Amino acid sequence: MIETASSGTAAPHYRQPLLGTPFHARSRALAQVDQYVAWSGYSTVDVYTTVEQEYFAIRNAATVYDITPMTKYRIAGRDAVAYLDRLVTRDVARLRTGRLGYCLWCNDDGELVDDGTLFRLGESEFRLCAAMRQIDWLEASAIGFDVSIEEVTERIAALSLQGPVSCAILKAAGLGEVATLPPFAIGRYDLDGIELTISRSGFTGDLGYEIWMDPSAAEAVWDRLFDVGRSRGLRAIGSRALDLARIEAGYLSPWIDFVPAEHAIRVGRARSPLELGLERFVDFDKGHFTGRRALLEERRRGPRSCLVGLDVEGNKPARAALLYADARCRREIGAVTSAVWSPTCKRNIAIARVDAPFSALGTSLWAEIYLNRELVWERRITRARVVERTFFAPERRRATPPADF
Amino acid sequence: MSARRSTSAHDAIVVGAGHNGLVAACYLARAGLDVLVLERNPYIGGAAVSRSLYEGFTYSNCSYVCSLLRPQIIRTLELPKFGLQIIPYEGGCTMMRDGGHLALYDNHDALRREIARHSRRDAEAYERYSRDMIRQCQFIKPLLLREPPDPTSFRPRDLAELAYLGRRFHGLGERRMYDTLRFWTMSAADMLDEYFESEIVKAHLAGSSIIGTALGPRSPGTAYVLLHHYMGDIDDTVGAWGFARGGMGAITQALAASLRASGGAIESEAPVEQILVRNGRTRGVALQDGREILAPVVLSNLDVRRTFLKAMDPGDLPPEFLDGVRRFKIRGSSGKLNIALDGMPTFPAIPAGSPCIRGDLHVTDTIEMMERAYDDWKNGRWSRAPYIDMLIPSQIDPTMAPQGKHYMSVFVQYCPYELAEGPWTDERRKAFGDTVIETIARQSPDFKRLILHAEVRTPWDIENEVGLTEGNIFQGELTLDQLLFNRPLPGWAQYRTPVRGVYLCGSSAHPGGGVMGAPGANAARAVLRDLGRKRAA
Ligand SMILES: Cc1cc2nc3c(=O)[nH]c(=O)nc-3n(C[C@H](O)[C@H](O)[C@H](O)COP(=O)(O)OP(=O)(O)OC[C@H]3O[C@@H](n4cnc5c(N)ncnc54)[C@H](O)[C@@H]3O)c2cc1C
Repeated sequence: MIETASSGTAAPHYRQPLLGTPFHARSRALAQVDQYVAWSGYSTVDVYTTVEQEYFAIRNAATVYDITPMTKYRIAGRDAVAYLDRLVTRDVARLRTGRLGYCLWCNDDGELVDDGTLFRLGESEFRLCAAMRQIDWLEASAIGFDVSIEEVTERIAALSLQGPVSCAILKAAGLGEVATLPPFAIGRYDLDGIELTISRSGFTGDLGYEIWMDPSAAEAVWDRLFDVGRSRGLRAIGSRALDLARIEAGYLSPWIDFVPAEHAIRVGRARSPLELGLERFVDFDKGHFTGRRALLEERRRGPRSCLVGLDVEGNKPARAALLYADARCRREIGAVTSAVWSPTCKRNIAIARVDAPFSALGTSLWAEIYLNRELVWERRITRARVVERTFFAPERRRATPPADF
Repeated sequence: MSARRSTSAHDAIVVGAGHNGLVAACYLARAGLDVLVLERNPYIGGAAVSRSLYEGFTYSNCSYVCSLLRPQIIRTLELPKFGLQIIPYEGGCTMMRDGGHLALYDNHDALRREIARHSRRDAEAYERYSRDMIRQCQFIKPLLLREPPDPTSFRPRDLAELAYLGRRFHGLGERRMYDTLRFWTMSAADMLDEYFESEIVKAHLAGSSIIGTALGPRSPGTAYVLLHHYMGDIDDTVGAWGFARGGMGAITQALAASLRASGGAIESEAPVEQILVRNGRTRGVALQDGREILAPVVLSNLDVRRTFLKAMDPGDLPPEFLDGVRRFKIRGSSGKLNIALDGMPTFPAIPAGSPCIRGDLHVTDTIEMMERAYDDWKNGRWSRAPYIDMLIPSQIDPTMAPQGKHYMSVFVQYCPYELAEGPWTDERRKAFGDTVIETIARQSPDFKRLILHAEVRTPWDIENEVGLTEGNIFQGELTLDQLLFNRPLPGWAQYRTPVRGVYLCGSSAHPGGGVMGAPGANAARAVLRDLGRKRAA
């Protein structure tokens, strides 16, 4: 039995370093192949059944993904807006109550510390969801602000419900009003006495919602979703299937597509939002924020490298491939960070860091791909083209109210 | 002292069979030189030695854990083939006076949750701290097996090395260049304050900033000592420490076997009386037993003070140099207890089943306590509440004690070389040992009852046994004024000395003390370069 954050019993951390989430008993029952992965101190499912089946459920029906381990902070107080405006690169004052936004935060050198979503829950109450633990950075940034920062990761259980049928499932569960929620909006709902916060957000680039609740309600909510969703193709998915979907959506994963600046050991390994192709989330006009000066300077000089999308010939994913300007591999100009065969786009796609001169859309490059063919390695020099990094962006993700499938 | 017998000549003589002397000898022998190592004691190893002083038990009498020994040396000298095995241990723990504890674990999440019990923020700050330590180590590490450049010289080699140092330094980037300068000069307490808020976290980490050092955690320069203990690695895990299977003597035994395999010889119970000099150049050594052994090259594994003030004639050396040698800081501040135990002692502060008990154990829960322990040293007495670094290697290494019994190694900081109350006597040594035993007993009710035998070593004993002047474990303090191109003396950092043919190969030379082997390897390289020979492998 794995200890859950709330149970407070069972094995101590030195015997069992990972916690179970409040959904652990439920996910355990569905995890057929015993593939778990550590995520921010929790044991979470990597694969339930098969990656392919889980993945197609995201794009075809609906899926439940346990996002409890995401680090969550409650940030509140008189100076909350001013504090956050100095912390992140987007204009927080313009984020309306009841909305959430993707945001980035940088260090003084303009390097990306982490990215996440910022929920404005009230006039001066926010929730920041981040990939990495941040309390050290958040508190160090709070000097001089009247603001309280609290990690609430263990106090909030969360599920991500994604896919074209996700709204239909919520309606069937008795949460019909959710249909009016536009993208990036947050609503509060009541499910037979259970208080839920639902936001229209997610990491799949598709129609989807994130459901936030008290850990004590976790199993009841899970059960309700599956009661009404099973016949509609609802499946629980693990991290592997999600990873496929997020690459199709062009979303970045820390440690994979960039090294969080405060963790980089070597000089020159951290990346700026400009290098990561995230300039549209940097608001230079809103006033000062951490890293602004360095980013302005970088914008003037132009970034050294860019994180781009690649369309790779053939059907072998260009995992970890080095990239060259020429087919004879004489001039190395970058490397692939994420790569998959996209089952929905039917394209061989990748996210890659390339030197700035090679980042323009349409630029042709060469990828050095190694294939293991029954223990015999083959080296393929394959042509790749720089393309938009958003590979999959269906219209249904925006429609309000969403269609039933 | 008249009729001296001259015996056969060698290409090189190494005075002292400490690990550095042996490393140097190995490299020279592999380059084809006829090398003889002369050791004063009936056993070899210096401060890296395993001895059996109580039936069935093996002690690591001086040094007790391994991390710094350079992997290149282990590999080139084929030490694993000659029996060396190094096994990392996990974690460590500081037991608190109020019954609490802080442990360190290898598992990232276990560690985070453990530190978070004391401070959630510190649990994250620990990652920032580790990152910065690793950054600084990455800067220093490549310098360990290089001869430090003389910044005042214009020889092409020095200029090239200076340029290398400069490039590496600049490669750090502006912000980190400042960090490096601060790291090398600030106090461990100030440095830890920049990361942590919890007293126990700071106290646990500050331990390695005072080990072997006659400074307190609040003295400038101690942040570097902390780093010095972090820059080793085991199998590429930076900062990891482990046991040499069979005790630290296994390292010097493997070195000796490697040396013999490449044709070198070791003679023990052969104390050198003097390094012989004629016309500014060495001819060999004179032994206490009257023999003279000739060689054009003599490497001294002794510390810089002992080498030049005891084993050489002052008349052979420039007065200014001698003055520098005399002022070289080499103050003794550490003691050691090796204890044979009839069983495993219990420590109620450590939760049952926690693996941290197999790591380094401590009882000093505040920096203030460490600083007060240092005050005692300044006043010429051993710390009434000493900082101890205590391990029970027999939990991991089955060779150290009979089944069911245990060997405990206790390193003690601070203990002076000279007592204010008078010379070290048997009673005073016993009183010092009792202080340490009582300190441990406060955290372990059954400890005293289990003691079968205890070896108590004061700095005075360490000097007399190992030959480390004043018992200073590093052959000279590790402060910036005595590091890099300043070690041991400004202008004399390249293993050479004012007497041609005489080289320093012990820890007094760059990059300093600890069972690292780098001074020995670097000195051998300097010798071979001067002889116009290429280094083996
Ligand atoms: C108590 C203690 C604990 C330590 N703990 C650790 C630890 O856990 N980990 C770590 O890495 N380091 C530790 N150290 C430090 C480390 O052991 C030393 O810095 C290192 O071993 C020194 O090696 P060396 O070869 O430079 O010199 P030494 O080991 O000092 O070698 C000098 C040799 O010369 C011999 N000698 C002296 N005079 C003469 C003479 N006249 N003629 C012939 N031979 C002579 C000596 O007997 C000795 O064998 C510790 C040291 C001590 C004292």
